[in-house]
Amino acid sequence: MSDTNAYWSRNLRYLGILLSIWFVVSYGFGILFADALNAIRIPGTGFKLGFWFAQQGSIYVFVVLIFVYARLMNRLDGEFGVAEE
Amino acid sequence: MDVRLWTFIMVGISFALYIGVAIWSRASSTRDFYVAGTGVSPLANGMATAADWMSAASFISMAGLISFMGYDGSVYLMGWTGGYVLLAMLLAPYLRKFGAYTVPEFVGQRYYSQVARVVAVACAIFVSFTYVSGQMRGVGIVFSRFLEVDVTVGVVIGMGIVFFYAVLGGMKGITYTQVAQYCVLIFAYMVPAVFLAIMLSGTFIPQLGFGGADPASGVFLLDKLDGLHRELGFTPYTDGTKSMIDVFFITAALMVGTAGLPHVIIRFYTVPRVRDARISVGWALLFIAILYTTAPAVAVFARANLLDTVAGQPYEEMPEWFSKWEDTGLITYEDRNGDGNIQYVGDAAENELTIDRDIMVLANPEISRLPNWVVGLVAAGGLAAALSTAAGLLLVISSAISHDLLKRALKPDISERGELLAARISAAFAVLVAGLLGINPPGFVAQTVAFAFGLAASSFFPVIILGTFTRTMNREGAIAGMVSGITFTAAYIIYFRFVNPAADSPENWWFGISPEGIGTVGMLLNFVVAFTVSRFTPSPPASVRELVDRIRVPGTIEPGG
Repeated sequence: MSDTNAYWSRNLRYLGILLSIWFVVSYGFGILFADALNAIRIPGTGFKLGFWFAQQGSIYVFVVLIFVYARLMNRLDGEFGVAEE
Repeated sequence: MDVRLWTFIMVGISFALYIGVAIWSRASSTRDFYVAGTGVSPLANGMATAADWMSAASFISMAGLISFMGYDGSVYLMGWTGGYVLLAMLLAPYLRKFGAYTVPEFVGQRYYSQVARVVAVACAIFVSFTYVSGQMRGVGIVFSRFLEVDVTVGVVIGMGIVFFYAVLGGMKGITYTQVAQYCVLIFAYMVPAVFLAIMLSGTFIPQLGFGGADPASGVFLLDKLDGLHRELGFTPYTDGTKSMIDVFFITAALMVGTAGLPHVIIRFYTVPRVRDARISVGWALLFIAILYTTAPAVAVFARANLLDTVAGQPYEEMPEWFSKWEDTGLITYEDRNGDGNIQYVGDAAENELTIDRDIMVLANPEISRLPNWVVGLVAAGGLAAALSTAAGLLLVISSAISHDLLKRALKPDISERGELLAARISAAFAVLVAGLLGINPPGFVAQTVAFAFGLAASSFFPVIILGTFTRTMNREGAIAGMVSGITFTAAYIIYFRFVNPAADSPENWWFGISPEGIGTVGMLLNFVVAFTVSRFTPSPPASVRELVDRIRVPGTIEPGG
C-alpha cells in the first residue's frame, strides 16, 4: 500500500469517528431522542436536555469537532511528512 | 440625542470604516481579485466567512423566527452551523489544495468536461442572485425603518457602498471589509442581548440567561413560557409542531446546502495552505456560534417580554412602540370581541393580534427601553450583515462570468489585465442587477431561499464529495447526478410553492417531508444516480485519478510506495 493510501485511510478513520459524534449530538440528541432526553433537566437551569442539545449543545460540539480535526490532521501531516512549507 | 441622530452617527461611522478599509486593500491582479492573493490569515478569514455567511436574515429575522417557532426553530440553529463540520472535513481542505479560483473550475477539471463546468456556472449564478436580491432588500428596509428614507434610496446607497469596495478591491477588499463588518455586527447583536439577559434573568451572559430564572419570581424562563403557551393555547415553547421526519430532513438540507454554497466555499481558497483552510473553518464557526447561540436566548427573552406586555392587556395601555409598529403594518390588532383587551391566543378564530417576526430583533431595544444609541447600533449591525453577504455573493457572480465563462470558455487568450477589467465590469453589472432586484423584488424572493439551499444541497455538494472521495466517479455520472438532483428538488418545490400551493400541507408531502427539506432527498438521489450511471460508462482518464491523489494530501507525496 502506498503512502497516499495509508494517509487517506487514517483520514477516513478520523472522519468516521468525528462525523459519528456530529450526527449523534445533532440528529440523535437534538431530534430523534429529543423527547426522551427532555425528561432530564440540566441541574440548576431551566433547560430540558433534548431542547438544549438542539438549540445550544450541538453547536458547541460542532466547534470543538472542527478544532479537533484540524489538530489531528496537522499531526498526521507531520507523521507522513506531507505538511506544506 | 434622539434615535434618528444616533442611527446616522452609527451608520456613518461604520460606512466610513468600510470605505477606509477598501482603499487600503485594493486588488492589483486577478489573483488578488478572485482569492485575495491567497494571503489571508486563517483567523481573519474566519471572521470574514462569519460575516459573509450571516446575512440580513440571520441578523434581523432569525431570533424572531425562533421566538415564534420555539423548538422547531432548532432546524435553523443546527442546520446553519452543522454544515461547517462537513465543510471542514469533506470540502475545504481538498478544494484549497486543488487551488482553483471558483467552484465551477473544480467541477470542470475534475470531471474533464465543459458541460459540467457550464452546469456549475449556471447553478452558482442562480443561487447567488436569489440570495443577493434578498440582501439588497434588507439594506433598503433597514434604511427606511431607521432613517425614514425611501426603500429605493436605501438600496441605492447600499449599492454605492458595495460597488465601491467590491469593484475596487475584489476578494481582497471584500475580505477585509467583511472583517470590519463582523466586528460591527457582532457588537451590535450582543449589546442588546446582554441588556436583555440582565433584565430578564439577572445574568449578563445570554446563553446562561436562556436557562435562567426570572429574578423576581424565581421561575425558570423556559418553564414560564411553556406555562403561558399552554394557558393561551399555543404549543409549549420547548415542544415542536413539525413532525420529527420533517425536522430531520430540513436540518439536513440546510446543513448540506450551507456546505455547498459557492460564496462560502470560495472563502477557503483565500488562505495560504491546506492546514490554514481546516483551522479557518473552525474559526469561522466559532465566530458564527457566538451569534447563533445568542439568537435562541434573545428569542426566549423577546417572547417572554412580548407575552408579559401584550397578552390579555388593555389596548389603551400599550406603550409607544406598539403604535409605532402598528403604523408600519407589522403589528395589527383587531378587537373582535370588543372588550378593549388584546386576546393573543393560539386559536386562530379568537386571536386578535398578528406580529411580523422581523420586528422582534429590530424593536427589541425599544420594547426593553434600551438607550437610543443601542437602537442606532442595531441598525448599523443589520446593514453590516446585509452588505457583507451581498459583497461575497457578487464576487461569485463576477468570477463565474469573467473567469469561468470568459477566460475558460469563450476567450482563453485574454490577458491578465483584460481579465481583471472584465472581472470589475461583471462585478459592477452584478451590483446593478442586484440593486434592481432589491428595488423591485420578484414575488418569489422570499420563497426561493429554500430553493437556494435545496439546489446547493442537491447539486454541488455530492459532486464535490464524489470528486474527492472516489477516484472512479466519471463525467457521465457527475452530470447525470447533478441534473437529476436539481431537477427533482426544483420540481418538488415549484409544485408545492407555485403550481399548487393549496396542496402544500403535511398530508400531501411525500413521507411528510416539506419543500424546505426535500433538498436532502435530492442529494441522496444525486448520489444514487451518479453511482449507477458511472457503473455503466467509461472510467475517468488516468490523469484524473492522479489529480484525486494529489488533492487528497496537503504537500507532495511520493507516488507508489
